[in-house]
Amino acid sequence: MSGPGGSARFHAGLPRRNRVARAMLALFFLSTLIGVLALSALLYNILNQTAGLRAVEYQNDPAALAVAGVPVEELAQEQMVAVLRVNLSPGAFNKLENEKPFAERSRDEVYSLIVDRLLKPQVVENWSLVDSLTKWAEIEAFVAAEAPQARLEFVSWLTPEFVSRPQSSEPLRAGVRTAILGSLLTIAITISVAFPIGVGAAVYLEEYAGDHGLNQLIRTNIYNLAGVPSIIYGILGLAIFVRALEPVMSGAIFGLAEDPTTANGRTILAAGLTLALLVLPLVIVNAQEALRAVPDSLRQAGLGLGGTKWQTIRSHVLPAALPGILTGTILAVSRAFGETAPLVVIGASTYITQDPRGIFSKFTTLPIQIYQWTSRPQSEFWNLAAASIVVLMVLLLGLNAAAVVLRNRYARQAEQL
Amino acid sequence: MEQVHARSRSFGGGAVPGQAAERLRRAPRLGEGAVRVFLFLSAAVSILITLGIVAVLVEESTLFFRDPEVSWLEFLTGTKWQPHIGAFGVLPLLTSTLVVSTIAMLVALPLGIGVAIYLSEYASRRARAILKPTLEVLAGIPTVVFGYFALTFVTPLLRSVFGRDTVEIYNMASGGIVIGMLVLPLVSSMCEDALSAVPRSLREAGLAMGSTRLETATQIVVPAAFSGIMAASIVGVSRAIGETMVVALAAGAGPNLTLNAFRGAETMTGHIVRISGGDLSYDSIDYNSIFAIGLALFFMTLTLNVISQAIVRRYREQYE
Repeated sequence: MSGPGGSARFHAGLPRRNRVARAMLALFFLSTLIGVLALSALLYNILNQTAGLRAVEYQNDPAALAVAGVPVEELAQEQMVAVLRVNLSPGAFNKLENEKPFAERSRDEVYSLIVDRLLKPQVVENWSLVDSLTKWAEIEAFVAAEAPQARLEFVSWLTPEFVSRPQSSEPLRAGVRTAILGSLLTIAITISVAFPIGVGAAVYLEEYAGDHGLNQLIRTNIYNLAGVPSIIYGILGLAIFVRALEPVMSGAIFGLAEDPTTANGRTILAAGLTLALLVLPLVIVNAQEALRAVPDSLRQAGLGLGGTKWQTIRSHVLPAALPGILTGTILAVSRAFGETAPLVVIGASTYITQDPRGIFSKFTTLPIQIYQWTSRPQSEFWNLAAASIVVLMVLLLGLNAAAVVLRNRYARQAEQL
Repeated sequence: MEQVHARSRSFGGGAVPGQAAERLRRAPRLGEGAVRVFLFLSAAVSILITLGIVAVLVEESTLFFRDPEVSWLEFLTGTKWQPHIGAFGVLPLLTSTLVVSTIAMLVALPLGIGVAIYLSEYASRRARAILKPTLEVLAGIPTVVFGYFALTFVTPLLRSVFGRDTVEIYNMASGGIVIGMLVLPLVSSMCEDALSAVPRSLREAGLAMGSTRLETATQIVVPAAFSGIMAASIVGVSRAIGETMVVALAAGAGPNLTLNAFRGAETMTGHIVRISGGDLSYDSIDYNSIFAIGLALFFMTLTLNVISQAIVRRYREQYE
């Protein structure tokens, strides 16, 4: 086919072909780099919003609260309580006293009440972390010119108080405790439903079921369910749990309803069950993979010793597959932890200030809170959303770390078996 | 398995004195049966979920279409979705869903194939060990975080590049780009699986014939893995169509029939979230309408998933 002439053509064409190859390689590498850059931009954008300068202005003048010339922040605790009593309505004052008697509160706590209830700080303007660091002087000049009353402070939106405070409509007082508790309770229900059913289904499909008819249908079906958009599960949950099973979900049927007029079946229980349906296919598929990885010799050894099928599975197959099953389940659950759309559809409450008291309470979760704050137009809420995203990601990281630790621990135990 | 089981039992019967062995063999094992039933029921739950989804969607959609204000024809061809004036045309929601998904795939597909080729054909083991988990992190981030990113980062970026007058605050482009990012790990890992399923002998044959590494990759490996790449892109589209939080936050609240990606338009999923987020009373036409949209959504994604599975099955038979 190729004589000496062909060889010459081959060599003449080579530099060009190599150039093209190098250019394309650069393109392929660039695609990968873009993916990594996108991730970096996402993380940068979030961190950039969690701290920065903010200009805060008191709605009411602190000087007006001074007692006999002493500024309010330097008063003794009793005097502060007196200031609160004078300036708050009796009802509001008694409510605070009932929540926690003033005598038991620390001076700092009382002072922060004065700030929240009487001075009412409001964010005039705030800046992102990078802007704050690079344009500090400009910002100071801007605040001095535009809002001379305002105090300029460099703050992190993500503080211990942010994690421990309940939700509030005031950005400076808002926290995510309610949402975190809601998320944890919801996930607890999801796990306790999806884990036994998912592992049971996987054991059936891998150990018992033949490869025909109904079982084939179940396998295809599970694969298809994994591809159904999460919002569809929300619609299912809305129709089945929230509407049709309302008495069960609100606890009325057990005489446990917390407040049947407000929850309407839109409870933590309904949310947990909806998410359980959503992650079930994932749990099954992951558990199946773990079971498939167990060598057949283990099963044969168990059966050979006279164990029944279930005895063999329980004492040999499941312990060996457990690390894989746990890891798979935790990964599936961490997907449920970040899931938002189905919970919006089944009617997560967007504004609750009280901690959930049980599985029949109204609920909000961390992702719902993030959604809610992101969709507000004021930029302070974006900072709050960014701070809650950090909390969410830390919790997710914790979950995944737990998966790794569990896997390693059980992997060692399995080796000792 | 069954054979082994049977043999081991008869062997045991020989070793133990006759009567005891007989008792052991005949011992009723109620537990075994009960466990088996429980396990089967667990597996059957998945069928129930599917039946539940179909039943609920179809039942409530029937109520929707039975409403005198609504007709099938109007639903499929009407150009306005304005429940308060009784206009229920799904086209505006459908077009924006398609625009967003198209943009997402324009981002995810070339990048995904590029990433897959780089990781499977070029990357050193060390580079792979760093890059692959990094991209997987992207897949583990909750979608609401991507929504936040779209609204607070990509939208301002687009507005500063193309001008604030051209790009609306809520726009489909930003949502589409970010959904592209979101499905990128899925597309790239499926493409990579497809590429690495191509037998080594094909690559070696190509290289032996004097083709460069790139020519082997693009003219031999990629065509051989083409069906797998197709399947990956179809799954990607299905995922993009069903994605909700990004468009709910960034693509705008209000149906709008437009192909201009810089304008805001509500998608099917975005609409469901907005309608159900408020106080929704049962048996209202709004309540029923989310089931009709849900049914359309379910049908679209299911079809795409089935097609991709069929492609994967055919392509597997090619090499195994």
